[in-house]
Amino acid sequence: MTIAAWWRRQSPWLYLVPALTLLIVFTYVPVGNMVWYSFHKWDGLDVTMDPVGLDNYVRVFTDERYWRVFLVSLYYFVASFAQIAIALYFAVVLSFNVRFRNLFKGILFFPYLLNGVAVGFVFLYLFQPDGTLDSVLRLVGLGGHTELWLGDPDIANVSLAGTSVWRFTGLNFVLFLGAIQSIPGEIYEAADIDGANRWHRFRYIIAPGIRRIISLSFILAVSGSLAVFEIPFIMTGGANGTRTFVVQAYQTAFQFRQIGLASAMAVVLLAVVLALTWIQRKVLPDDEVNLS
Amino acid sequence: MSKTVARSAKYVSLVLASIIVIVPLLVVLFASFKTHTEYNTTGPLTPPRNWFNLDNFATAWTDGDMLRGFWNTSVILAVSLTGTVFVGTMAAYAISRFAFPFKRLVLGLFLVAALVPGVTTQVATYQIVKSMGLVNTSWSAIVLFMGTDIVSIYIFIQFMQSIPRSVDHAAMIDGASRFTIYRKIILPLMRPAIATVVIIKGIAVYNEFYIPFLYLRSPDLNVISTALFRFKGPYGAQWETIAACTMIVILPTVVIFLLLQRLIYNGITAGATK
Repeated sequence: MTIAAWWRRQSPWLYLVPALTLLIVFTYVPVGNMVWYSFHKWDGLDVTMDPVGLDNYVRVFTDERYWRVFLVSLYYFVASFAQIAIALYFAVVLSFNVRFRNLFKGILFFPYLLNGVAVGFVFLYLFQPDGTLDSVLRLVGLGGHTELWLGDPDIANVSLAGTSVWRFTGLNFVLFLGAIQSIPGEIYEAADIDGANRWHRFRYIIAPGIRRIISLSFILAVSGSLAVFEIPFIMTGGANGTRTFVVQAYQTAFQFRQIGLASAMAVVLLAVVLALTWIQRKVLPDDEVNLS
Repeated sequence: MSKTVARSAKYVSLVLASIIVIVPLLVVLFASFKTHTEYNTTGPLTPPRNWFNLDNFATAWTDGDMLRGFWNTSVILAVSLTGTVFVGTMAAYAISRFAFPFKRLVLGLFLVAALVPGVTTQVATYQIVKSMGLVNTSWSAIVLFMGTDIVSIYIFIQFMQSIPRSVDHAAMIDGASRFTIYRKIILPLMRPAIATVVIIKGIAVYNEFYIPFLYLRSPDLNVISTALFRFKGPYGAQWETIAACTMIVILPTVVIFLLLQRLIYNGITAGATK
């Protein structure tokens, strides 16, 4: 084989080497290591790791401190339904002729672009005792309903989940709007001729047209509500019963140096996310993705 | 009659939603212009007496060392975005223009990796970055931003499929090498896809908190997210300073959004429906 021929045979790999190296070193090796760590007790510094079998997993599922964080995810999960509903409503409204449409679209979408720390501070300020929310409630005559929005463990998670809705609704909204606008206009005209009303229009044209993106949003809602980190970490640091799965895993790994236990938590989370995605692909075969 | 009701309900809901989005930000803007005594004596809904009181911004800018924060963020942005563009377009070029063994496997590797949420694997990724000696250097953030991004490779592949192969063939007949075709023909034609990736990834890197918080512990390495976060403890009683710093962080986002709206919408849609 001449050098030139050899070179030609290798060349696709030369283009792939940087991407594949980064992918393997920073995604696949960590996942592999994480599974390995999860069967050991390790502080991240010691040269030796003690194998402990399934102990870490047993602890994740039996110790209240660890499984409780799954319950916290439920707040965000429920909130994401509200988020999808609100996003869908405004996407449908703004897909028709509305005055100042671009302005409203921009306002609704804008929070999604903001820095997470900035959002955290904005809402810490909003929820302060005698802060913005309390003032607004007094202004509209609901002064008796002020609460310790972040201090009361019964309400803190609701406040944080509300912050999450404020932050992420814009993303769902723009995705839904994009999907609705990719439905050709002639279909609406044809439907109008056939005497379709607004409800028919939504039920038989818009809903089927955006079915795929809505189901994708639900899957992302589940994995997203398990992977909540920034908002509770920045706003409460996990205090008052607001510790989420990732906040707990972070503290276990980087503050208490229990790498094995934190890895077991991460493996459980990863398994849940992968299983959900697999189910989604089974239920809704991907007909649009065609890469090779 | 019912039509007018529906119409006004539509506008009422839009205005209400806009208020809910704007008011939390507006009150922070109010606070950022208030003096300390003014902040303590007025309610959050009261506008500041002097809209040109920039003292809080000056305090926030110097105490937070925001210049360094913006500088560090810019360096990380520039290097990781350039890296992503080259790494991503090269991988996309190999996948869309070459036939080679294990191509399906490679594609599968990229696809599965896209499903792994980055926050979950940091426990183990940290050990790897540490063993490379990159913790507490900007390189940790740079390689992680370059390497953990699968979405941009998808955007590149999809765009490259739309460039007709006859373009490549014509150049090949003229004697151009594969690399020349990539550099002189494909890369310039990819400009719209590159713009999309640079914008959505740029916004994501600018806003990223977890990775810099974990890997860039030294105050010299603060990016804007972590610089802002550091105000949390010591400035608990000085909300007007925190408010000013929050506004400093938000301002570039507002400017970018106003300038690049259309590109941002397109990029978000392209990235999420991969």
